Amino acid sequence: MTTFLEEVNRRIDGVPIQRCYHCRKCTAGCPIAFAMEYNPNKIIRMIQNGKKADVLNSSTIWLCASCETCVTRCPNDVDIARMMDVLREMAIEERVDIREKNILKFHEAFLSSVKMGGRINEPFMIANYKLKSGDYFSDVGMGLSMLMKGKLSLFSPRTKDIKAVKKIFNETKA
Amino acid sequence: MKVSYYPGCSLHATGREYDESVKAVSSALQIELKEVDDWSCCGASSAHMTNYKLSVALPARNLIAAEKDGMDVMVPCAACFNRFKMAQHHLRENSALKSEVEGIIGKEYRDSIAVRNPIDIIYNDIGIDALAGKVTRKLTGLKPVSYYGCLLLRPPEVCEFENYENPYMLDAIMNTLGAESKNWSCKTDCCGGSLTLGKTEIVVHLVNKLMRMANEADANCLVTACPVCFANLDMRAGKDLSLPVFYFTELVALALGLQGPEKWFKMHNVDPMPLIKSSGLL
Ligand code: SF4
Ligand code: SF4
Repeated sequence: MTTFLEEVNRRIDGVPIQRCYHCRKCTAGCPIAFAMEYNPNKIIRMIQNGKKADVLNSSTIWLCASCETCVTRCPNDVDIARMMDVLREMAIEERVDIREKNILKFHEAFLSSVKMGGRINEPFMIANYKLKSGDYFSDVGMGLSMLMKGKLSLFSPRTKDIKAVKKIFNETKA
Repeated sequence: MKVSYYPGCSLHATGREYDESVKAVSSALQIELKEVDDWSCCGASSAHMTNYKLSVALPARNLIAAEKDGMDVMVPCAACFNRFKMAQHHLRENSALKSEVEGIIGKEYRDSIAVRNPIDIIYNDIGIDALAGKVTRKLTGLKPVSYYGCLLLRPPEVCEFENYENPYMLDAIMNTLGAESKNWSCKTDCCGGSLTLGKTEIVVHLVNKLMRMANEADANCLVTACPVCFANLDMRAGKDLSLPVFYFTELVALALGLQGPEKWFKMHNVDPMPLIKSSGLL
């Protein structure tokens, strides 16, 4: 049986995360660290210690904004941004209780909008997110004012070969 | 010069003024744009955050469509630009993935064109001197800070943008237009990106910090090349802190005396007209 660490490294398919020597440069530059329950380098330590449930249940993996500052500055080329992608995929696959449900619901609403039209229709995508998240009222005024300013249109052109886009979705499913 | 053009979803919606200003500026600078045939969404952060293969295959479909025209592709949206460059990188590095993706799309990817953003094209191909020669209205009075954000720059070996910790191309373009670009330490900081709906309070926190820093740098506006950054900066800052935000191409168009700026500025959430008028620019 592979360990959690081995599985994460296999999926990253690059620099093994144990190359980290915990200098914390990643955490020092991480714009979201202030809101994370575990700092980026702490996640590495937890993976090394086999704390799979705690890592996959953490808010950190969803709050990471993929700004890539950590990997850009890491003296050992540890790709924390990619690691966070991998951890999110694992959390979805293993159906753990997702801590930041609205963030995942946003991604689902976004991707289902792409699958349907080939392109994002922002008003529909946002409505879909609101239905999924139950967060009906925030930003409604802003959305309306953007519609009025002619930025958002309810009917935007779609990709014609929508079959090709659907095929991509169906055949890349994990 | 002639390039393929990938607008992406944002430029047809919340980033409409970016699309229109890129087109106006390109035409004035003799950059001919040919839209990529039947393009589809690049997947943005939502694809790579949840499904790696999808995040490569979605841009790959567009790269293959663009290759057909045999020209480099201009991708103005920083988020799309990043996904295109990332997909190119992974397709180069991972031949098994490349064959799999080609199988799904049913076409070969030849890796025959470059992915370019308009900052790079205007700075390097058109050139600062040629741009200066076209300025008819110096942007005196505008004191922008250049906000490059994350997605044009990182990871550096993939994005291949100059000076990724202290970039200057946008600042140089602003100064060429007669604006007084202000130096600040947040050029490459993150605005929170796609967390804007799922975790709004983080974006508000980051954007307010950026606005405070811009104010301290004595700037009176911000300039960006990313529709995600633009939307966050323009809509998420506290009322007492907010400064007008511009797409860099809107300011190029204004300085070149092109039609459009007045219409585009009406689409902004933070009204830039008081600043534009008090600087005598419209
Ligand atoms: S910067 Fe790199 S080596 Fe330093 S703590 Fe972060 S991951 Fe580890
Ligand atoms: S990619 Fe994620 S972990 Fe790395 S610095 Fe950015 S927000 Fe922090």
